Amino acid sequence: MKRQVPLVLVLLFGLFMIFQYFVPHESSEWVYEFLLDWIYIIGIFALALGIWSLYVVSVDKVKTRKHDWGYSYVTLAGLFGMILFGFTARHGDEWGWYLIFVACVLLTVIMSVQAMAARINKGLPLGLAGLFLLGAVLIAVFDDTWSFYFYTQEGLQSTMFRAFFDYIMMPILATIFSLLAFFIASAAYRAFRARNLLASLLLIAALIVMMRFFPYFGENVGEFIARVSSWLMNVPNLAAQRAIIIGVGLGIVATALKVILGIERGYMGKG
Amino acid sequence: MTNIGVILTLIVIFGGLLWLLVRSISGREVDRRIIFLFIFVSVAAPIIFQITFKERATPVVEALFANIDGLPAGSKVLISFDFDPAMAPEVQPMANAMSRHCLEKGHKIVFMSLWATGQSLMTTTLSRVILPEFPEKVNGVDYVNVGYKAGNEGVLNVIVSDFKKMFPTDVNGVPLDSTQLFRDIRSCADLDLIIALGGGRPGPKEWVLFVGDPADVPVGVGVAAVVAPQLYPYFPQQIVGILGGVKGAAEYEQLLIATHDRFVDMETPGIDMMGPQTLAHVVIMAFIVIGNIAFFRSRSKGGSK
Repeated sequence: MKRQVPLVLVLLFGLFMIFQYFVPHESSEWVYEFLLDWIYIIGIFALALGIWSLYVVSVDKVKTRKHDWGYSYVTLAGLFGMILFGFTARHGDEWGWYLIFVACVLLTVIMSVQAMAARINKGLPLGLAGLFLLGAVLIAVFDDTWSFYFYTQEGLQSTMFRAFFDYIMMPILATIFSLLAFFIASAAYRAFRARNLLASLLLIAALIVMMRFFPYFGENVGEFIARVSSWLMNVPNLAAQRAIIIGVGLGIVATALKVILGIERGYMGKG
Repeated sequence: MTNIGVILTLIVIFGGLLWLLVRSISGREVDRRIIFLFIFVSVAAPIIFQITFKERATPVVEALFANIDGLPAGSKVLISFDFDPAMAPEVQPMANAMSRHCLEKGHKIVFMSLWATGQSLMTTTLSRVILPEFPEKVNGVDYVNVGYKAGNEGVLNVIVSDFKKMFPTDVNGVPLDSTQLFRDIRSCADLDLIIALGGGRPGPKEWVLFVGDPADVPVGVGVAAVVAPQLYPYFPQQIVGILGGVKGAAEYEQLLIATHDRFVDMETPGIDMMGPQTLAHVVIMAFIVIGNIAFFRSRSKGGSK
């Protein structure tokens, strides 16, 4: 029964979603949109589950003193800090007790991790966590220099949220992406070698496509390189990309049929 | 200062490359730390000395520019910010340039995002480009920011037939029905152009598959450079133009400056970034050549490599 019910549900809904695409009737579209709403419901639960999972994994790292366990505190502080900054914004120029409120919330999280990770004497961190939580709640109730904003423009314009997004998250992600330049250069030097005919063709094509970036070739040579580069992108590249797209499309259809017909059951886990 | 900078940079880089070439001819490999140093210099020097190059627009960029330019004033353009900060240095300049172009031509813009991180990047474009440069444009009349909606392709599947079902209000909670811009928009079919910015999933490809084709709305895209070759199969039938990476952004900025006097002094991050990118490409090309010289040299000596 535990296996049959999911298989039947997948078969029913899978077949419905296929046939619905070809039935342009209002009721068919209503059912389709009703089913789409379930994506959000499941997504919200998945998000909550993801946050809880991250919390548990981090606590486990601290508890077992795994390699770099100290960074788990940073991870959780970042997670809860950004959630907090996204949902709160100050009214004017006064900070009031806001920063103390943030500190209280983060200390509550840290103390709760300490309590969960501790093998003995859980009482002290638990008591401190409760105390900090009480402090945060009192500040939230009585401090009127800031407010909670749930998913609005005000929340996104919050000074702290913008500062963390603009000056921490953006540079970090851009830096990681930029590091590629160094590794690509090193890899190109070591791997891009004319070992055989195919490697030579790839090498020449790559050099021509890159050469179109060079602005000092002059009008005629530049025009020629641009034309050859466009041909490479529009003919060989296009043919290969189309083959990949068609292949992937057929693969998706085959996998979907396998799932709908119950041949592929990986989504049900080991059980 | 700039000329001296250019000369100094070229001497240092090409002198160094020549030295590496001589070493390679004598059969010695280049240490990866030396490669890293060259890339660092080739990226840093153009930033310090503000070395820029004039861009020539490619047909894929020209096509999108011409499409936006050719739309009649009052056309409705949707710009979707489906990217994160990692892609922002490449894609945000495109977003800024195309937003400027659309507003200058009198088009109405609907801003939205399928990525949670896109919401903040959209706010950046609004606060740093639209509000200071187009103070005469009115929120709700000339542009509307409907914000981010979770659901990926599910969102597209709904807005293709009913936009307000998925976005009943704008990001500030104002009902879309009460905005002037949305009086004539029921679904994506009522839009004149969709510009999908991004490079991941959901992104430009999903916009073509789930909205552009079913609703018969032209789709233009701006993507990270690594994604651009994957979108060529859709051009020009399903995608009206492609801006690929910093070069795409720079070409668009160049076209905008060349055709609109108002934008002569505008910020051009795309063109500015092409200096470091061009020089880095030249250095990478040089290293490929040097690597092959070292390879053939070692092979002629009977080496294993």
